[in-house]
Formats: sequence, structure tokens, C-alpha cells
Amino acid sequence: MNNLYRRRLFVNRFNLVASLGTMAFGMTFLIWILAILFYRGFETLSPSLFTQMTPPPGSAGGLANAIFGSVVIVGAATFISTPIGILAGIYLAEYGKSGWIARATRFINDILLSAPSIVIGLFIYTVYVARVQHFSGWAGSFALALIAIPVVVRTTENMLQLVPSSLREAAVALGAPMWKVILMVTLKAVRGGVITGILLAVARMSGETAPLLFTALNNQFWSTDMSKPMANLPVAIFQFALSPFQEWQDLAWAGALLITLTVLVINILARSVFKQASVR
Amino acid sequence: MSADLPARAQREPKPPTVTKGAPPWQDALFEKTTLFFALFVLGLLVAILVALFISAIPAIQKFGFAFFWTDVWNPVTKNFGALAPIYGTLVTSAIALLIGVPVSFGIAIFLTEMCPAALKRPLGTAVELLAAVPSIIYGMWGLFVFAPLFGDYVQPLLTKVFGNLWILGPLFQGAPNGIGVLSAGFILAIMVIPFIASVMRDVFEIVPPVLKESAYGIGCTTWEVVRNVVLPYTRVGVIGGIMLGLGRALGETMAVTFVIGNAYKISASLFAPGNSIASALANEFNEASDPVHSAALIMLGLVLFLLTFIVLACSRLLLAQLAKGEGSKT
Repeated sequence: MNNLYRRRLFVNRFNLVASLGTMAFGMTFLIWILAILFYRGFETLSPSLFTQMTPPPGSAGGLANAIFGSVVIVGAATFISTPIGILAGIYLAEYGKSGWIARATRFINDILLSAPSIVIGLFIYTVYVARVQHFSGWAGSFALALIAIPVVVRTTENMLQLVPSSLREAAVALGAPMWKVILMVTLKAVRGGVITGILLAVARMSGETAPLLFTALNNQFWSTDMSKPMANLPVAIFQFALSPFQEWQDLAWAGALLITLTVLVINILARSVFKQASVR
Repeated sequence: MSADLPARAQREPKPPTVTKGAPPWQDALFEKTTLFFALFVLGLLVAILVALFISAIPAIQKFGFAFFWTDVWNPVTKNFGALAPIYGTLVTSAIALLIGVPVSFGIAIFLTEMCPAALKRPLGTAVELLAAVPSIIYGMWGLFVFAPLFGDYVQPLLTKVFGNLWILGPLFQGAPNGIGVLSAGFILAIMVIPFIASVMRDVFEIVPPVLKESAYGIGCTTWEVVRNVVLPYTRVGVIGGIMLGLGRALGETMAVTFVIGNAYKISASLFAPGNSIASALANEFNEASDPVHSAALIMLGLVLFLLTFIVLACSRLLLAQLAKGEGSKT
């Protein structure tokens, strides 16, 4: 009996220590990756990074055109995906509820949420780039928008479902038409949550490389024309990191640091916006 | 005085008139608009399938089903077979799950059963940040930092320990240069851990406290509660989480592209370079000038999409089943 008791305690302790070990394992890699990024990225981080263009092989330069391109492409994708995502989310939460269209859409949306992003890029290539015969910033934005839409749909629907129906009933009883109730009462009540969803979508888009490879491609020069191939940070990093030139590799690390910082800051910001919204 | 009169009369309250509500077309229009965008999301999936299928037709016509079990990839002779990339995708994902699932399970147990309440939120967030790090960062870290160390220290050790075993032996033999299928699988494991761990944590948290407390009440240890109460209760959700991770691992592109070595061959050794569907696409698609070559690559993309679709659909169905059960069990 005593022996059995001791064995149970040992098994318990062993497994809990193992579980602690897995947590440490996970954290090790997070810290390791961030430390390397800071170490390698800071070396090249300087004002010229933001003012100079991407250089030809073997000379120094910056990432100004790539940073600008990334901001424009992600910005356009956000403007495309936000209304579509919010409206589809409204349908799921307010109108469709448990009808077959809503159930099917919910299911498909959840799958698109984790669908391989490179296939999304391939899709935009076949329906858009192959038709117009050239790569373009717009194509990159469309591909990123398709990645963002499921995120926005998901959070909008989840948030709207948290709104108590008494709030809707009160607004309807005052004579407001349904569309006003939804846009000005329920959606407003969960503003914080919806913004969180959009921010998370922006964070997700900022780091995506695969869908931009076949759509926006890259451009070595300053480009503001979204109907031409456009420089962007992820593809520039991809190209520079795999190159044999030391200057390019250094730039890739600096770009990687920029992207990661942006993504992590947006993520933490989104969480704090959400926390504030749910406290109110 | 008399001049005031009309003004006062104007101020008299009018008899209430029945105001009409907003015209009904507004509501109908709004509802139809939202319906349109919901259908847009629904149609997206069909559109992806159809568009990829149409673009892949040249390859389908030329190779037929033999595409799936042909192990050649030769742009010069225009002969393409998908066996090597499909094999690479499956093997790297299998390695990722083999390492990732136990670790995620441990992290989920730690976060739900052991972690002090004050640390729960920050540590949970830290795990989720691991998922937020862009995959190209994993790729760079994998290529420049992880692979050299892995090749210098871990791979020789693996050869020493497992290299002479009966069946497993050949898997761990070969030149330890850090780049290859095993490294890609390991980095994938780190990338899927946060996804699996957060699903597991969420489903562990729906276990009614009463169940756990009764188990503790009859003298169970924490591990016994996890093993005999939490795990059976959430089994479906745990499998759903693993499938979700698998779906992620199958389609992950950039990290794999950096470290897998990009070689169209199937080797007995896990140390050898290989290729996955996603890395083949990332490496070659823009260089493919021949229509049959691009069609073959698009066909690979279609295969990848169908594969992840099936896995993710299973994952969703399992998780939905758990959510349904949660409602009925009071």
C-alpha cells in the first residue's frame, strides 16, 4: 500500500515536472528567436534603413521602398477585407444564425482561417495575375485580403453573439429599423472586440510572405503604382536572406526585426484594446 | 396682442400624426448585402477549387493519376511526378506532430492545472506570441542559427544513439549538415505547438470543476485527474486540436522552404534534403516558364489544398462535436 502510494506520487511529480519542462521548452525557443533577431537586426538598424532604397548586390542600402510597399499593400488589403468581413460576420450572427447558409459559411470560414496561404497566392495568380499578364501591388493586396477576411468574420461574429438580446429588443422597441439596430447599437457595443479582430488580421497579413511571392513579387526601386510589381518587406527579406551577399543578409535581419516587432506590438495592442473593451 | 395670436396658435401642439417607420426596403437591402458577403466567403472555397483545377488541366491531361506515384521532377524533359513533394510534406508534418503533440499537451496541462493564477495570462499570451511570429522569421532562424547547431551537435548524437537500430537505423544515418527533412520537421513542430497547445488549453478549461473536484476529493493526484478525468472528457477536442496543427503543418511554406534543402528525391535518411509541396511552389513557381511546368505546380497546390481541407474539416467537425456535447452535459 505504502509502496503504491509512493509510486503514484512519483508518477505525479514526474509528469508535472515534464509538463513544466515542455513549457520551458516552448519559451526557450520564443526567447531564443527574439534574442537572435535583436542581436542580428540591431547591427544594421539605422536611419538609412528608412531613407535608402534596396541596394544592388554587394553594396549598402536601406529598405525604404520595401517598407513603404508593405504598408501600402497591407493598408489596401485592410480596407478591402474589413467591410467584407464585418458584413459577413453580421449575417452569421444576426440574420443567418442557424440556417444552412450560415452554418455552411461558418464551417468554410473556419477552414479558410487555417488554409495554406501559399495556395491563396496561387489562386490570385490564376484568376488575376495570369489574366492581366503582370504582377502587381493590387494582386498582393487581394491575396492578403483573402487571408484577413476569415479572421475578421470570425471575431465579428463571436463578438456580436456576446451582445445580450435585451439590448437589441430595447432598440427595436424604440422603433429603430433592424439595420440601424445592428450598425448603431449592437456593432457599437462590441466595437473594441471588432477592432481587435481587425488588428489581429493586420498582424497576420504583415508577416505573410508566401501569398506575395506570386502576386506582388518585388521591385528594386521606389514604386507607388499599385498596378505594377511592388517592393514589400517579406519578399525582400526572402530574397536577401537566401542570397550569398553579406550586405543583403544584414538587411534581411534588420527587416526581419522590423516585421517581428510590428507584428508583436500589434498583437499586444490588440489584446489590450480587447481587455479594455471587455472591462467597460 | 393681436399680432401675437397667430404665433401662439402655431405653438399649439399638433395632433399626433402616425409617423411611418423607415421604408422596408432599407432593411431588406441591408440584409441582402450581408447575405451577399456571407455567400462571398462561402463561394471563395469553390472558386479556389475551380480556378486551381482549370489551371491544372494541362498537367492532368498529360500525366493523369500517375502524377501521384511518379517520382521524377524534370523541367528539361517536362516530366513531372508529385511523389517526392507529397512524401516530403507528409514526413515533415508527421515529425512535427510527433514532437509537437506531447509538448503541446504538457504546455496545456501546465497552463490549466499547475500555473499560478497570476502567471496564467502572461504565459498564455507568450505561447500565443510564438504563433504570431511570422513564418519567414522561423525560416531565417532555422537556416542561420538552428541548422548549423543541429548539424554539429544533435544529428551526430542521433546517429550514435539510433543509427545502429534494426529498422530505425537508416533514418538517422547520413551526412549531418543540418539542412534536411528532420530539421524542417523540427521547426514545423515549434510552429504548430502554439496552435495545438491553445486548443488543448481551451478544451481542458471546459471540464466542469465539479468533476475534477470529485476526483481530487477521493484522493487522486493531479496527474491522475488529468489522465482519468480531463483527458477522457475532452478527447474529441484534443484530437481536433491535433488535426488543426496538422492542417497548419501541411501548408506551412516559408520556414520549410529555408531549411528543407529543396531536392526532389525520396531518401531513407531523415538527414537528407527533400522537398514539400509548399516549398516546391515557393521555389519554382515564378521560374516556371513552360505551361506544363506551371500546371504541374498548380496541380501540386490543388493537392495541398484538398489535403489540408480534409484535415481541417475533420478538425472542425470534432471540435463542433465537443461543443455540442458540452451543451447537453450539465
